[in-house]
Amino acid sequence: MSQARSSTSRTVAAHAVLITYTVIALFPVLVIVMNSFKSRQGIFRAPLAPPTTETFDLVGYQTVLAQGNFPLYFQNSLIVTVVSLAIVLVFGAMAAFALAEYRFRGNTLMGLYLALGIMIPIRLGTVAILKLMVASGLVNTLTALILVYSAQGLPLAIFILTEFTRQISDDLKNAGRIDGLSEYTIFFRLVLPLLRPPMATVAVFTMIPIWNDLWFPLILAPAEDTKTVTLGAQIFLGQFVTNWNAVLAALSLAIVPVLILYLIFSRQLIRGITSGAVK
Amino acid sequence: MGSLKLEQINKSFGEVEVLKGIDLEVEEGEFVVFVGPSGCGKSTLLRVIAGLEDASSGNVLIDGAKVNLAPPAKRGIAMVFQTYALYPHLTVRNNMGLGLKQAGAPADEVARRIDAASAMLSLEPYLERRPAELSGGQRQRVAIGRAVVREPKLFLFDEPLSNLDAALRVNTRLEIAQLHRRLKATMVYVTHDQVEAMTLADRIVVLNGGRVEQIGRPMELYNSPANQFVAGFIGSPKMNFIDGGRLGESVETIGVRPEHLLVDREKGDWKGTVIHAEHLGADTNLYIDTERAGLLTARIFGEYNAEPGSTIFATPQAERVCRFDAEGRRVD
Repeated sequence: MSQARSSTSRTVAAHAVLITYTVIALFPVLVIVMNSFKSRQGIFRAPLAPPTTETFDLVGYQTVLAQGNFPLYFQNSLIVTVVSLAIVLVFGAMAAFALAEYRFRGNTLMGLYLALGIMIPIRLGTVAILKLMVASGLVNTLTALILVYSAQGLPLAIFILTEFTRQISDDLKNAGRIDGLSEYTIFFRLVLPLLRPPMATVAVFTMIPIWNDLWFPLILAPAEDTKTVTLGAQIFLGQFVTNWNAVLAALSLAIVPVLILYLIFSRQLIRGITSGAVK
Repeated sequence: MGSLKLEQINKSFGEVEVLKGIDLEVEEGEFVVFVGPSGCGKSTLLRVIAGLEDASSGNVLIDGAKVNLAPPAKRGIAMVFQTYALYPHLTVRNNMGLGLKQAGAPADEVARRIDAASAMLSLEPYLERRPAELSGGQRQRVAIGRAVVREPKLFLFDEPLSNLDAALRVNTRLEIAQLHRRLKATMVYVTHDQVEAMTLADRIVVLNGGRVEQIGRPMELYNSPANQFVAGFIGSPKMNFIDGGRLGESVETIGVRPEHLLVDREKGDWKGTVIHAEHLGADTNLYIDTERAGLLTARIFGEYNAEPGSTIFATPQAERVCRFDAEGRRVD
């Protein structure tokens, strides 16, 4: 920023606001991670204190790794999240390309129809979805979850990507057509690379609700083989006794994979968010 | 090389008619420029020729063969775009070669044609670079190279110079003119800039509101415009239009080009006051408020000293005056 437009007091004020927000946002995460390394007594005696040599205990992690089937739960969560994400991104971008690129009867109507899902929560349809899955024999499979999450993620993806696809130069696509590229090649080779920043944004918005979801795994795939991490952590939450060490350890572990995925997308994400602002 | 024929091309987007019955024949090796104000349909017409848009009705014939239903890649055309439209992820070499590879040409043939084209456009030092590492002028040369490599029957240019700065525009214009002379290829060029049209074209097609106003060689359009629109569009500064009734003439409008007005301090037909003078060195533009003819622009070659506010006489060269009827048609 130029000297003329920055003043110390304003910089301090801006940072104060941002730091306050960061502390508020990170505090619960910090408490979870801190307490996951403490003994049961340590957690209850001083929940806000960091682990000391006296209270440090890995019993939570030991329980998680020994009991239940956490490696499998992680694998399930990852499969469901990554496959859904891939489906949402590829088909979302394809639909966006069609809506932005081709003139056909009912184009606007189709766009509205596809965006309708943003306004209507998919959970309203839970009963019907369950019936459908039972009828098609998909209960207790990861496929059921992947299908539901793809449907859940597509509307927002299409909505955002359509706007960005419209901004891609027509000349570039036409140059491809004159060079004899098929519409698929134009889409995958010319358009998709230019859509990377908005796709990272969509990926993050799509990925986090899927990873954190408890509702659909509980209803559609509660079997031992198909449990996701969030559902798996529930076995430590009892009606009368809750194994807090194990719950906190499971939740701390569950943060890691999304964090890694987020870091992969974040550089593109920042570009995606800011590119709209300055253009 | 190829010829192009358009028969009664119509194009509408929904209710809006963009092209209204365009007929045109372009002969082999000819350089034809479509010129007109923005929104006149010139780019749409080019897209119809390229096959990027379908005409609502009418025929496009390239080399005598009807290509209405042929996809762009099968029409034997190459196109250069205003925004260059280079593939951002490919090197200059691959940008130029992609079309041929896609058509299944053997690798040595592709390499040979790329070498020839890059030598012609002095692009050799940049062959391994990506478009992002090139300047605007270089990018447009690559785009032209990409068209040359395809050895098309028909070159299409869609305002290729509009994104370049003034100096580069002149250079690239020269390059396109030389390219045409060397390749003897048929070229169709779209622009809104009449200087480009006048300097490059064998024949100019003036379009307005989706119709052809006039087709002719540059000097034909300048010397004998068919109507008021063409007269006003070709030539800079614009032709002066004077209400015929005001001058006691029977026609609706009288047109005199600024360079066909003789200016004198002592005597002349129309007495007036200098409002503003533009000194460009090679010529001087005077804006004169005359009593009989209203506000006129006069172009004087060389330097001319005229203070704003001074009295001056303007006299039209009688044989250069154009007369138009109420519909804007030329009547003399």
